[in-house]
Amino acid sequence: MDQTQPGSGDRAGAYPRPGELSGGATIPDTFGTAGRGPRLLSGGGPRATAISSASTLVVLGVLTAIFLLAPGSKEVRHTFFNPHDMWQSLIGNPRQGYYSVGEALWLNIRMFIAAEVLILVLALVIALIRQSSSPVLFPLRVLSTVYVDFFRGVPLILVIFAIGFGVPALSLGFVSVQSAAVYGVAALVLSYSAYVSEVYRAGLNSVHRSQVAAARSLGLSQRTALRHVILPQALRTIIPPLLNDFISLQKDTALVGILGAVEANKAAEIFSDTVFNYSSYTVAAIFFLLLTIPLARFTDHLIERDRRRRLAGAMQ
Amino acid sequence: MTGGHGAPPAVPGQAATPAGQAIGIEGLHKSFGENKVLRGIDLSVATHEVICLIGTSGSGKSTLLRCANLLEPIDAGRITLWGREITGPGVDQNLVRRYIGIVFQSFNLFPHMTVLQNVTLAPRKALGTPRASAEQEARALLSRFGLDDKEAEFPDRLSGGQQQRVAIVRALAMRPQIMLLDEVTSALDPELIAEVLDVIRELAASGMTMLIATHEMGFARDIAHRVCFLEEGRIIEDAPPAELFTEPKDERTQRFLRRIIAAGRL
Repeated sequence: MDQTQPGSGDRAGAYPRPGELSGGATIPDTFGTAGRGPRLLSGGGPRATAISSASTLVVLGVLTAIFLLAPGSKEVRHTFFNPHDMWQSLIGNPRQGYYSVGEALWLNIRMFIAAEVLILVLALVIALIRQSSSPVLFPLRVLSTVYVDFFRGVPLILVIFAIGFGVPALSLGFVSVQSAAVYGVAALVLSYSAYVSEVYRAGLNSVHRSQVAAARSLGLSQRTALRHVILPQALRTIIPPLLNDFISLQKDTALVGILGAVEANKAAEIFSDTVFNYSSYTVAAIFFLLLTIPLARFTDHLIERDRRRRLAGAMQ
Repeated sequence: MTGGHGAPPAVPGQAATPAGQAIGIEGLHKSFGENKVLRGIDLSVATHEVICLIGTSGSGKSTLLRCANLLEPIDAGRITLWGREITGPGVDQNLVRRYIGIVFQSFNLFPHMTVLQNVTLAPRKALGTPRASAEQEARALLSRFGLDDKEAEFPDRLSGGQQQRVAIVRALAMRPQIMLLDEVTSALDPELIAEVLDVIRELAASGMTMLIATHEMGFARDIAHRVCFLEEGRIIEDAPPAELFTEPKDERTQRFLRRIIAAGRL
């Protein structure tokens, strides 16, 4: 310690010594938590791991006990978790009149992938139209605003009904003779594009205007600036919220079953109607969890990576 | 020297004999809503001439430069480039901007690209230069300004001074005939200002025509052929630095310089 610094010399007497605060207050020996109980909410260390494991076990134990001790427990276990029926609904038996839930899931996956690709394109087009300032595009801007307001406001299940039953009723030749899955995907695309276009728009707005100025000042056209400077930066910010929307989309493919398309949920319904047991729904639920959980963890991973990058950037 | 500007070096400080008018600004007005930022600017910049714009923040220096690069549409008046009007209808803005480079106070490098990608983007996409030759030229420019080892870095790994030098190189890669510098050292830590000013000195020595908005009065005195003092959107005084800094004629210029001197900036 530098003994000559101001404050430690002759003026030191003007300041309170350690332990002598103004108003007779004292400085405690330690600012630790000793004597004030365990720090339940702070993380880190083997102690924290032990505490969190114990509390998880207690919670799980209580929930299991409630489930097992409930008056109707046996009934529920038989109706929803019957191993034999779960297996039967998993493999399916067309001769008995029901389909494999596992096989039907393949339709969900195909609908999800088709819808996802179309949503990414349509939503980007809508977002770019809404962001444009050209007077020529004014009618399209109004149209896309109405579109977004409408499809964000109407429940998805109504859109599926309207497309799935309305379009065939129009007798529009080729357009009106598609399968239920095609109409389902169309409804998912219409509804989700409205949401995803707003995600895109937030991303485009998050890129600072000075980036546009810098790109244009170099002689790059509006289009080139958008493609090489603005969009790459916007996409980076929106990947986590985008994946979040796609997690919902994966589940919402189950709604297409109301049109009669045999996807996992519909297959489970057919099984339960035939065998009078709901275990098939449990199988479908497990499948949807297996689909969405990896995507959810991947999204978390990207968010965490982004947070760390920002921190690293801020420390430069 | 690899800039390829092909201009005979002019010696700063001496009365250059301009080969002709590069930029002509006549009766320029610009408002942002109710805020009249430029209220009738007349300015002629000769080829190889270096003009510094000084004045308080909000006097219109930056807006003037942004108008000259066509980043801001103007309300009245006209701007010409070698006698050809660039503010009228039917002008290819992207073509104009190939001749006029601009560097901003806040660098505005593209954060998702490496230094080399930042510098080569415009030559490749706007001029159609093949990647190999664009990169070769970019490397030559980077090495000319002491950035040899930085080509693979991303902007956030560079110091402010390095970022601003990259921004200058990025503008030069389009081989502009004129450079507009908008307070390029204002966002830098004091110890990083010199390296950027050195780069600008080198540009001036190579004969680059420049319009420089700056708060660095000592630098303006050294480098400029003419200094313009702006206040409330008008050019109050336009004179060689030796004259403007030692015997300013207008009372408003005198007041501004007194404040600058009091702040220890001159």
